Amino acid sequence: MTQHNRAKFRPSGKIQFGIFFQGVNSGTIWKAPESGSQTDFESFRRIAQTAERGLFAAFFLGEGLRLREHLGRPHALDVAGRPDAQTMLAALASVTSNIGLVATQNTTYNDPADLAHRLASLDVLSGGRAAWNVVTTDNAWTGANFRRGGYLDHADRYLHAEAFVETAKGIWDSWEDGAVSSSVSADSWAVPSHARSVHHSGQHYSVDVTPRLPRSAQYRPVLFQAGDSPEGRDFAARQADVIFSAHPKFDDAVEFRADIVSRSLAAGRAANDVQIMPASEFILAASDEEAREKKEWVRSLQIGPQQAVAYLEQFWGRELSAYDPDGPLPEIDPVVEETCETRGSGFHGAKARQLAEQWRAEAKEKGLSIRQFVSSRTARVDSTFTGSYAAVADTLAEYARVGAVDGFNISPWLIPTGLDDIVNHLVPELQERGVYPTEYVGSTLRENLGLATPVRAERNFRLTRSH
Amino acid sequence: MSGTPGADRQGFLALELDGDGSHPAAWRKARHAPDELLNGSRIRSTVLAAESAGFHVATFADGPVGAGSDVVGRVNALQRAAFAGPVTGSIVLVPEVDTVYTEPFHISTQLASLDYVSGGRAGWLVAASGSAEEAAAVGRSFVEGNALAQEAAASVEVSRRLWDSWEDDAVIGDVATGRYLDVDKLHYVDFETPADFVGAGYSVKGPSIIPRPLQGQLPVVAQASLLPSSVDAVLVSTPTTSLLIEELAEVRARRTVVGGGPAVVAELDVVLDSRGQSASTRLAELEAHTPWASSRARFVGTAAELVDFLADVLAVADGVRLHPAVLDVELEELAQLVLPELRRRGALKPVAQGGTFRELLGLGRPTSRYASPAAAVVGTGN
Repeated sequence: MTQHNRAKFRPSGKIQFGIFFQGVNSGTIWKAPESGSQTDFESFRRIAQTAERGLFAAFFLGEGLRLREHLGRPHALDVAGRPDAQTMLAALASVTSNIGLVATQNTTYNDPADLAHRLASLDVLSGGRAAWNVVTTDNAWTGANFRRGGYLDHADRYLHAEAFVETAKGIWDSWEDGAVSSSVSADSWAVPSHARSVHHSGQHYSVDVTPRLPRSAQYRPVLFQAGDSPEGRDFAARQADVIFSAHPKFDDAVEFRADIVSRSLAAGRAANDVQIMPASEFILAASDEEAREKKEWVRSLQIGPQQAVAYLEQFWGRELSAYDPDGPLPEIDPVVEETCETRGSGFHGAKARQLAEQWRAEAKEKGLSIRQFVSSRTARVDSTFTGSYAAVADTLAEYARVGAVDGFNISPWLIPTGLDDIVNHLVPELQERGVYPTEYVGSTLRENLGLATPVRAERNFRLTRSH
Repeated sequence: MSGTPGADRQGFLALELDGDGSHPAAWRKARHAPDELLNGSRIRSTVLAAESAGFHVATFADGPVGAGSDVVGRVNALQRAAFAGPVTGSIVLVPEVDTVYTEPFHISTQLASLDYVSGGRAGWLVAASGSAEEAAAVGRSFVEGNALAQEAAASVEVSRRLWDSWEDDAVIGDVATGRYLDVDKLHYVDFETPADFVGAGYSVKGPSIIPRPLQGQLPVVAQASLLPSSVDAVLVSTPTTSLLIEELAEVRARRTVVGGGPAVVAELDVVLDSRGQSASTRLAELEAHTPWASSRARFVGTAAELVDFLADVLAVADGVRLHPAVLDVELEELAQLVLPELRRRGALKPVAQGGTFRELLGLGRPTSRYASPAAAVVGTGN
């Protein structure tokens, strides 16, 4: 392939689906009778097998490192409590055969040797279907559950993450191809120089690892990344195979694609090397009108009156239970300067007073009550596709035609049946339009996503860098 | 455990499933190619073979490989156990998990998750690595001697508290009040390593991020020397078979001073006659390749002799963990000749479909330590 071609982005003309089983959030409905257990294995099995029936590329799990809090106590209103991602995915590996298994794992509170080995284990157990969604945290609040505590400066988190990823790649690449013998009559189980040890010496840690596993059927786990800051995007352009983006709206998606293509090229990679799968929600029915009615129902169950007030309390830092959820936003000011991390890192650091003023003005202008306002902010407005199966299929076909995204990562609002209508009705519509796979291309995640075999990392061995 | 030593006692059998067997040269006698060892289908077939043979428990070794072993690769033990969870129905899954160079919060969550994916059939074989290699891999100072037991005790205590940190009925899903959780039933564990802790001290806040495991508390299994307290089963190892029964009786006596006490599990390496080859010939062939430096008692003989020996052992122990020299070979003999005969003699507990590890050990399901008002204030220190 010429350099010119590698520099030009080519739409694949296809879209793929992933499913994101969030476990802890306000979007998963637990109040409906159809809602099942959020913890029992059967819920995970049911939804993973449904996704596989719908030829989904990947099944995602989030990672929990500290239980969310509300005004100094565990948050009571939303779904909470989730299993360890890789343990659950290892179990799902034995009851699925093609779907990718993606674990969100934090670089700050894991050790590279341990995490890389567990991911490699998941990869060989699943026959090459493992992936790692790389996330970072820097707060001491999360660190209170770990030996290291909150030791990482905010500015350092991507430097640390990148050194971590480089070390992991070194571990995954350390065994020679064909290192393990193919016959019991061989002289030894593996060739004597089967693996190289991996060294990393940096600001946050120094490690010296003897890797324990050969490469998997897909060479090494696929890397997903979700950071959206300029540093996060550059990190993804250098390291990731797929970005789990926050830009599902068409124009934003096209713009984000262009930005990632240029960052990928600047990082010395080809224009198509980094795929994009935005987070999304689907509310579908036989007709557009029914879908709109369904959306009202979904929203009413996602954000009840208590959730609406509690959401504002997170930002105000004070109790607001005296306020009517169907009335205007509170006139009193927040008692905190910055919203804290207890709601999760996504909320960390917003200027509370400034936000409150902004929100009051916005709600007043649009005539929204507390409940309506919170619903509009939290209900994935930007990421929701609502409509008939046919209409939504037409919309997605347009994304595929221009290559705005490579797929969507769907957060179901109902567990465990939340993918049923997508798999039963939307997928066939998309297949008819020729924009969705009609079978799994291969047995590994890398094959199914159409990713190239990675080049073996060489520079990681005897790696000594400042980070 | 229940009853007194005697012929009417029934015990359980555990099988160690690592690699191709416990002998370092086992891969040479395996019924598959070496490069077919480290994958999901091998784990599935071995654990299913153990389950259908009637073993009560499967254990999965972990940690660095290489020292004294020909096989230098290993899949993470906890993930092997998790992979086996949904495809099995009765066998208890007990991975070895290190307590020294791993994060207690992660371990606690992983083990609780294993309990969910196995329907309450999970346990924890506590390891405290004495390996400089593992210390280097995570960039920590090498821990050895008495400090290992202290690290293990701290890690087990953190896990136990985190498992209790959600009371059983913390998830209420109360539509009227909009509350998914009853936060009065969630508890900070506020663990801190004791003042005399030799390694780098640490603290863990809690609560856990996963509801209480199905069993409430996973049974904790450890070598008798490692964890003096807070175990549900102790592994007893002697250098020879002749010392084993005597030692088991002693451990049992020491451990049951105040009623109950943990289950006592004998460790035994096993080499059996197979397909017209005597056990001693088979062992000699393996030893000609690589010596087997095991600290466990070793039984080398016929299936019938092993039945007699195990019947004697089970008269004083609650269970036996067998370490087959070559998994593919020994498991076949055990399944066909040893377990059926022990069962016929009434020496084995029945295998319970969907039963929990606690039930196998004769343990009830404990209430969370934080559940009663009196216990709820016990939150800090050690």
